[in-house]
Amino acid sequence: MKPKHQRLTLALVALVAVVGAAILALSALKDQAAFFYAPGDVKKAGLPLGRAVRLGGMVEGGSIKRQPDGVTIHFVVTDGVATVPVAFRGITPDLFREKSGVVAEGSFNPDGSFTATNLLAKHDEKYMPPQVAGAMHETKSLKQ
Amino acid sequence: MIAEAGLAALWFAAALAALQLALAAVGIRRSFRTVRPELVEGQLGKKSASTGSARTEEEELTSQILSAVRPVAVVQGLLAALAMALLIICFLRSDMSVLLVAENSHSDKPWLYKFAGAWGNHEGSMLLWVTILGLAGGAVAILEHRLAKPTLIATLGAQAAIALGFYAFLLLSSNPFARLFPVPPDGNGLNPLLQDPGLAFHPPTLYIGYVGISVAFSFAVGALITRDVGPAFARAMRPWVLGAWIFLTLGITAGSYWAYYELGWGGWWFWDPVENASLMPWLAATALLHSVTVLATRDGLRAWTVMLAVVAFSMSMIGTFLVRSGILTSVHAFAVDPKRGAFILALLAIYIGGALLLFAARVGTVRQGNTFEPVSREGALVMNNLLLSVILALVLIFTLYPIVAAGFGVQLSIGKPFFDKWIGPFALALVAVMAAGPLLRWRRDDLNALLGRMTVPIGVTALALAGLAIFSLSGHGIALLPLLGLGLAAGLAAASVAPLWKRNLRRTPLFTLGMVVSHLGIAVSLAGMASDSAFTVETLVAAKVGEPQTVGPYTVTLAGIRPEIGPNWSALEAKLVAQRGDGTPFTLRPQSRFFANPVTVTSESAIATRLDGQLYTVLGQPDDQGRWQLRLWWKPFVTLIWAGGALIAIGGALSLLGRLRRERRVWQRDEEEA
Repeated sequence: MKPKHQRLTLALVALVAVVGAAILALSALKDQAAFFYAPGDVKKAGLPLGRAVRLGGMVEGGSIKRQPDGVTIHFVVTDGVATVPVAFRGITPDLFREKSGVVAEGSFNPDGSFTATNLLAKHDEKYMPPQVAGAMHETKSLKQ
Repeated sequence: MIAEAGLAALWFAAALAALQLALAAVGIRRSFRTVRPELVEGQLGKKSASTGSARTEEEELTSQILSAVRPVAVVQGLLAALAMALLIICFLRSDMSVLLVAENSHSDKPWLYKFAGAWGNHEGSMLLWVTILGLAGGAVAILEHRLAKPTLIATLGAQAAIALGFYAFLLLSSNPFARLFPVPPDGNGLNPLLQDPGLAFHPPTLYIGYVGISVAFSFAVGALITRDVGPAFARAMRPWVLGAWIFLTLGITAGSYWAYYELGWGGWWFWDPVENASLMPWLAATALLHSVTVLATRDGLRAWTVMLAVVAFSMSMIGTFLVRSGILTSVHAFAVDPKRGAFILALLAIYIGGALLLFAARVGTVRQGNTFEPVSREGALVMNNLLLSVILALVLIFTLYPIVAAGFGVQLSIGKPFFDKWIGPFALALVAVMAAGPLLRWRRDDLNALLGRMTVPIGVTALALAGLAIFSLSGHGIALLPLLGLGLAAGLAAASVAPLWKRNLRRTPLFTLGMVVSHLGIAVSLAGMASDSAFTVETLVAAKVGEPQTVGPYTVTLAGIRPEIGPNWSALEAKLVAQRGDGTPFTLRPQSRFFANPVTVTSESAIATRLDGQLYTVLGQPDDQGRWQLRLWWKPFVTLIWAGGALIAIGGALSLLGRLRRERRVWQRDEEEA
């Protein structure tokens, strides 16, 4: 390989690799765009079945029900437009409470309920998961 | 008065940084007027500035300017350190008339958290950043002797330019010493999640890493300005890259363990934007570390190395500002203080844009270095660089995309499964290249010979994979990525120590030993990660007192719950008695802690570390039947993750020591000859 060529080749390979990765990432993100749902989105766009998503909104007042096994709770997430019943098995975060913001990670069931594997609650007074803060204002997603 | 003195020190330091920049600008213009042929050639030798028999007047001037810049850089660093010390004193004395103390501290905190709390907030952490930057600049001014004088002057000028931006940011929009009137009776306190010895160690370590990268970047700018990109510049830059990389490794490892035990989720990496902010500079620094070696020893990859220095610096800037601007914790943070947000964006644009412009303008003057065949040590290092760049690009896009989308009113988030799926395969490919790289010869090698040298590692990988596959099929399902991870970790461990085979260990250079230890560390860490994903068992129950629970090889019994009082918290503490088979029972005490300032409840996990893993316990809430929620994990070999991180850093330290010793010998020889 001639010296000039090697340098050019290296630059091109690097460019192709990084740009290729970026394009791949962005196209993957397009599918991922609907990863975050507010209850109103589900009403509009239908149930995203069979994949891990996040559901965000407020825990409805009076909706938290502990189950007899002591580690499962049922509650309802609302965004003012629609509601989704959620089941969660685990230790709830310290700031998880009624009428407070929450993001649930998990998946939807065919009956429209949500099974959460993880709950993210407000960290402290200053912090609110950005998605919740956004969902509080308006219900939006890329699917519109 | 202490706060005012701190502010004054900060203003003086900023003025000195401006002076340093001005002096450097004069110095560079001087040296341009006398462009010497060897400078244009980009081959400025280490001694040409001092051994020339006929010292021109201009060279005299350059020396004078350098001897003026040096003390300015040192005093600037000391003044910034003084300001930091004064801020720490304000925090230690709980001086609530200082706004920052009132907002982020409380007199009931233990002294360690008052001390470390000084940088547990936006303004304080920025001051810490500029302090470390100033001190590093002073160290460059005192310690660097082998670099050509004009290049050193330009380097110190670039340092001053970076520091000036931070001083302006602090003084104009984030004054840490602002007063508060009327003085409140006490402060708001520090987020209890941060009230951990980790706070005293983790942020300063990361910042030293970030700053070290900015020093490396300054060297690159200096070399670009004086058209001096070559092995001499690479050798001057390398210790700083290595040092920065060691500290970043330590900071990330410590941060990962901190999140692991403090958050009580049992996870060690969440792909949280704040974590990514520290990972991205590390990825870039790792790539830079490897390419600077090619430049220093083989004089290849010149432009590429300079470009990586620019990228690494950009990442550390983005990292610092992402974490500290508040943009990550709330989309509304910018609305609260648009001035600060705009300032940050402007600084980022100036630094990164300026660096890229300079690179574009000067890359034409960087001559082609030595070339090499695709199958060679250089070729493997280029592959390393490419894969690291791809991983870096993915992490960057996945981290920034939700933030940018939020700017357009679109809410979306990217979870851990997505990151794992996209980063995992590239990381495993990187591991494969890493196993082969050190077994290749420089410049040119033969693929068949390489395969011969790789027989043992490939055999180990195949054996491990076969064993694991049989184990997996016999009822213990293991996912594909952890399976591959364990197999490759075994192969990498074998390949890592291969360069030491049939070698006299005493005569092995320290930096070769360092490389072996670091690569082995990656294998160890990878094994820990894969083992945690593949073999962790979890038990989640509402437990009655006295009722035994099983998790993995352990039986855990809740013996009782009692209240506990700490310096600034009260807690409910569970007494768990754990026993492995017929072994000696031992006690674990996970807590649920209540803090009054600010009002927060945290859970403190209790962890028992054994040679083959960790028993991790978390206390949840009680129910109305007197049962307590317990979350128990048995995590086989999870500790290898951080042990590997420590090995990586130790390898880096060995390598740095080896390089510095060799450099010192060469320098002493030069001195004797002169």
